[in-house]
Amino acid sequence: MIESVGLTKRYGATLAVDDLSFSVRSGTVTGFLGPNGAGKSTTMRMILGLDRPTAGEVRIGGKLYRELTHPLRTVGALLDAKWVHPNRSARSQLRWMARTNRLPEARVDEVLDIVGLTAVARQRAGTYSLGMSQRLGIAGALLGDPEVLLFDEPVNGLDPEGIHWIRRFMQQLAREGRTVFVSSHLLSEMALTATDLVVIGRGRLISQGPTAEFADSASGAVVQVRGPHLGELADVLRQAGLAVVDVPAEAALHVSGSSTEHVGEIAAANGLVLHELSRRGSSLEEAFMEITKQDVEYVTGATA
Amino acid sequence: MNLLAAERIKLFSTRSPWWCTAVAIALVVGGMALLAASAPADIGPIPTWVTSQFLQFGMVVVMVMATVSVTTEYRFSTIRTTFQAVPNRTAALLAKTAVVGIVATIAGLVSAFGGWAMMALLRPDPALALTTDAQWRAIAGAGPAFLVAAVLAVAVGILVRQTAGAVALLLVWTLLVENLIRVIPDVGPLIYQWLPFTNIMNFLAGGSADVEEEVGVMALTPWASLAYVAALAGGLLVVAIVTANRRDA
Repeated sequence: MIESVGLTKRYGATLAVDDLSFSVRSGTVTGFLGPNGAGKSTTMRMILGLDRPTAGEVRIGGKLYRELTHPLRTVGALLDAKWVHPNRSARSQLRWMARTNRLPEARVDEVLDIVGLTAVARQRAGTYSLGMSQRLGIAGALLGDPEVLLFDEPVNGLDPEGIHWIRRFMQQLAREGRTVFVSSHLLSEMALTATDLVVIGRGRLISQGPTAEFADSASGAVVQVRGPHLGELADVLRQAGLAVVDVPAEAALHVSGSSTEHVGEIAAANGLVLHELSRRGSSLEEAFMEITKQDVEYVTGATA
Repeated sequence: MNLLAAERIKLFSTRSPWWCTAVAIALVVGGMALLAASAPADIGPIPTWVTSQFLQFGMVVVMVMATVSVTTEYRFSTIRTTFQAVPNRTAALLAKTAVVGIVATIAGLVSAFGGWAMMALLRPDPALALTTDAQWRAIAGAGPAFLVAAVLAVAVGILVRQTAGAVALLLVWTLLVENLIRVIPDVGPLIYQWLPFTNIMNFLAGGSADVEEEVGVMALTPWASLAYVAALAGGLLVVAIVTANRRDA
């Protein structure tokens, strides 16, 4: 549905997005994950034709954004809830948007109702709380009943109730068969809502695929072993072909790609005493930080 | 038509365009009333072109309204929502220019005729009759004069994008720079003839002996002045729209 090929954006000396290729499947919630400053918002703006790519292109259903007639009917987006005139009412904001894409005025009241802003629709948008602004932004995104929805960090700064609302809302949109592309810097958030993930760091693609797969490969569970003869233990484990990392801080070894059973049997066969034998799954968040950190280091090394 | 309607909703759903338009009209009408009421009776008939002196203040206020209608879109990033809804930026910006231009034309006509009516009311005088071409031009000409001024201001707004910068540029240019250029020795009077607001004023008030005494004989006839400024405004608008198409929103 959304197809990015070699998308690149350069601002002066900074490369914000670097040869980024990915695709977003129809009818899924796809998370767009990356640390702050990874180029997520820039990519979103390029999808909407607001920023011009330095190289490459991004197509929606085979078309460039500017080729869409009445684009709000195909793509709805909430990039920033603050993109409203503070002295204009929510209703007026939606009314002018509706007019540009030949949408009936009744649709304005419909979307106001969907997001629950009907009662305050005639108030100036400047008086809204962040949560209300976010709802207004979502109303604007839904205005054209679009097949594709883009959200940039929709839960940022919201209170728990607002977060819960947005989360359920995105899941509902996906159930309706829409394509949702939502960015976040929180993997835990994406793990709850997204079925697919596009992960970027420093403007480059790190991985793309189903969320579960990413979580599995990223979580990199290790077996932690402690004992009085760590040096010998490390040797025999390595001889058995396992990857062993010495973790002096915990006076332990971390063995990856193995199980507690396997490590325990090797230790017993060599007559080595163990004080601890346990499975340590790093959290998704840690794994994500680990992965993006590597990317950051790689990029810095390459440009230095 | 839909784009024009959308821009109309945008312009009139905030209060400042209403205020600016009202202030512009009040300045001209009020100024004329004040002049008519305070001018000594023995000064003789007040010529119609005097309205142009007040119209220029109203025009400056309308220009502020025009440029701010663009710069606030950049200030609050609603320009991004606009370009997202209408990826054809040229169409979106032309629609905005048209709506602002229509409002400016109406403001110009209302203030000029209002001012003239005030004068006619307070100083009934045969000299105020709208009979000659020059008299009609001084009053009805406010429509096209305000229109080209507003188009110039919209173009400046698109190019500068910041309210403070655009407003400061317009105010300093209209109220100060053009007058300063005039007093530059030798070349000043030559350049002055080709400055936009001097030509708008020449369109409104030019051709009369009094005005020529004050600013010197202009190179262009009043109607040529209007055509010249219209071309300038159109040209600047083209530059602004081309720039907006190239830039990231």
